[in-house]
Amino acid sequence: MLSYATRRLVLSIPTLLFISFVIFMLLQLAPGDPMAQVPLTVPPEVKQKMREALGLGEPPLVQYWKWLVQVFWTEPKVFIDWAFGTNMTEGAQRVISWQTRSPVMDIIIQRIPQTLWVVGTAYIVAILIAIPVGVYSAYRQYSVFDQAGTFVTMIGFSIPPFFTGPLLIVIFSVQLGWFPSIYDTTHVVTDWASFKVQLSQMIMPVMVLALQITAQLSRYMRASMLDNLNQDYVRTARAKGLSEAIVVNVHVVRNSLIPVVTVIALGVPAIFGGAIITEQVFKVNGIGQLLITALFANDLPMVMTLTFIFAVLIVLFNLVADILYGLLDPRIRYD
Amino acid sequence: MTDNTTPSDEPLQAIEALQDKEPSKPPRARSKDVWDQFRKHKGAMFGLGFLIFITLAVLIGPWLYQVDPQKIDIRNKDFRPIYVALWDSDARTGWNKPFGSDQLGRDQLAQMIAGGRASMAVGWAAMILSLVIGTAVGVIAGYFKRLDGFLMRMTDLFLSLPILPLLLLAVTLFRQPLRANFGPEGGMFILIVTMIAITSWMPTARIVRGDILAIKEREFVLAARSIGTTQFKIIRRHLLPNVLSPIMVSAALGLATAIITESALSFLGVGFPSDFPTWGKMLADAVVRMEEFPERVLLPGIAISLTVLSVNYLGDGLRDALDPRIRGR
Repeated sequence: MLSYATRRLVLSIPTLLFISFVIFMLLQLAPGDPMAQVPLTVPPEVKQKMREALGLGEPPLVQYWKWLVQVFWTEPKVFIDWAFGTNMTEGAQRVISWQTRSPVMDIIIQRIPQTLWVVGTAYIVAILIAIPVGVYSAYRQYSVFDQAGTFVTMIGFSIPPFFTGPLLIVIFSVQLGWFPSIYDTTHVVTDWASFKVQLSQMIMPVMVLALQITAQLSRYMRASMLDNLNQDYVRTARAKGLSEAIVVNVHVVRNSLIPVVTVIALGVPAIFGGAIITEQVFKVNGIGQLLITALFANDLPMVMTLTFIFAVLIVLFNLVADILYGLLDPRIRYD
Repeated sequence: MTDNTTPSDEPLQAIEALQDKEPSKPPRARSKDVWDQFRKHKGAMFGLGFLIFITLAVLIGPWLYQVDPQKIDIRNKDFRPIYVALWDSDARTGWNKPFGSDQLGRDQLAQMIAGGRASMAVGWAAMILSLVIGTAVGVIAGYFKRLDGFLMRMTDLFLSLPILPLLLLAVTLFRQPLRANFGPEGGMFILIVTMIAITSWMPTARIVRGDILAIKEREFVLAARSIGTTQFKIIRRHLLPNVLSPIMVSAALGLATAIITESALSFLGVGFPSDFPTWGKMLADAVVRMEEFPERVLLPGIAISLTVLSVNYLGDGLRDALDPRIRGR
C-alpha cells in the first residue's frame, strides 16, 4: 500500500506540471494588457520598465519557470519563515498580484478561512443528513419515505445554486427577515450573542450547498445499501440471530460506506469549485469570489495560482480516495 | 410413458418438457419492451412530456406569440405578471403583457421564449458535441489497444482539471476574438458550446470504453472479423449499436449539465451579450431587484429547474428501461 501511494504521488507531479503549463499557456493568450490603465503621457521606456517590474519582459517559458520556482521553492520557504521565525526569504521575489501588488499567497491565506467555514460546514451537514436518509430509504425501498427522498434528491440535483440562493434570500431575508442576505466576513465570534449572529448568517449559504451535496451522497448511499442488503452475509447475520438493528447498522452500513467514503473524498475539490456561485450569491469573500474578481480584473498571477490550487486539490483528493478505498476494503489489493 | 397395453387411437404424447409448443404470442420487439418499462416510470413520463412541451414552446412559441423580445417599450415598463392581479388589484398588470415586463418594458413572455430557445439550443448542441467526442474517444480507446493507454491518461488528465474555473477562464479569454469573427451572439454560442463539450465528455468516454472492451471479445465480433469485415464496419455495425443504451443515458445527463452550466456562466456574467436573453441571464439581471419583482427571478429559475428536473427523470427512466436486468420485473 505504501509503495502504491508513493508511486501515485510521484505520478501526480508530472500531471500537475502539465496542468499548470496548460493553464499558463492559456493565460498567455489573454487579450488584456495590465498596462492599459497607465496614462498615455507616461513615456514608452518607462512603460517598458513597469512591464518588466511585473515580470512581463521575459519570454513565456522563462516566465513559466520563474512562476514554478516562486510557487514551489520560495513560497514553502516563506511558510517556514512564518512558522519558525527563521529568515530565509529576505528580499526573494514572490508571486505578486497585479491588482493589489501584494503576494498572492498572503491574500489566498486571508480568504481560505471564510471558504472553509462555509463549505466545510455545508459538507459536514450534508454528510450527516445524507447517510441516514440513504440508509433508511434503502432499507424501506419503495416506501413513502423512499419515494419522497428520491423526489427531494432529484430536486436537489436539478435546482441550480444560483436559483436556490436568491430564492432563500427572498423568503428568509426579504419576506421573513430571519437571516441576513449578505455574509459578513469581518464578524468576530467573541460571546454567545455574536455566535448566534454568525450562525444566522451561515445558515443560508450552508443550506444551499448542503442541498446539492446531500442529493448526491444520499443517492450513492442508497444504491450502495441496496447492493449490500441482498448479499449472503446479511442472511447469515440474520440467521445466527442478530437483532435487525445490528444487522443493518453494523454489518450492512459499514460495508456500504466503503464506496461512499471515496465519493465523499472525491467531492471535496468539486465543492471548492461549486462554491464559486454560492459565494457570489451570498457575497462571501472566499476563494471562489477571489477567482471571479481576479478574472474580471485581468489579474493573471492570481488566476494562475488559484486555478492551480484547485487542480492540486482535485489530484490530491483523487489520490486520497483511491488510498482510502484500499485501506477500507481488504478485498482491494493494489500491489 | 406408461405400460398400458391397450392400444389407443390417440397419438403418443411427449412428456411436458419435451413438447414443442407454438409460442402463444409473436416475439416482441426490444423497443416495445423498453417502451413498456419506460411507461411504468411515472417521473420519466412526466419528464418526457415536459421536455416535449418546453421544446415545442420555444420552437413554435415565437409564431404564436409574435412580440419582439428586444422591443423596448419604456412607457409600459415594470408590469407585473397577470396573476398578481388576483391578490393585488393596484399592481400594474395587463393582458397584453401576460408575464409582465422588465425595467425597459421588454415583454417577459417573449423573453422567456427567446431565452429558452437559447438555453435549449446551447444544451442540445453541447450535449451532442460532448457525446460525439466521448463516444469517439471511448470507442477508439476500447477497440485499438495501442491507443488505449494514451487516451485514458488524457481522460484522467481532463478529469483532474478544475472545470468551472477553467470554463470561466476560457470564456473570458476567447470572448473577443470569437466575437470579432462570428458576431457577438454566434461567437459566444460557438465558444460556450465548445467549452462545455470539451469539459464534459470524459464520463461518456469511460463508460463507452468499458462496454467496448467487454463486447469486442464476444463471438459475434469474432465471427464478423472472420468473414473479413473491416474494422470500421465492425465498429459501426456491431459495436456502436450495442453501446447505444449507456450513450443515451449519458445524453440525458449531459443535456441537464449543459443547461445548468450555460445558466451558471450567464449568471456569473460571462455568458451571452447583455441584450441576448437566456434563462440564466434573465435570472442574473433580475436578482438586484428581486424584492419588488420576485417573479423575474422565479420564472426563469423555475423554467431552468423544471427542464433540468424533467431531463434527469428522463435519464433515470431510460436507465431503468434500457437495463435488461431490471426490465420485465
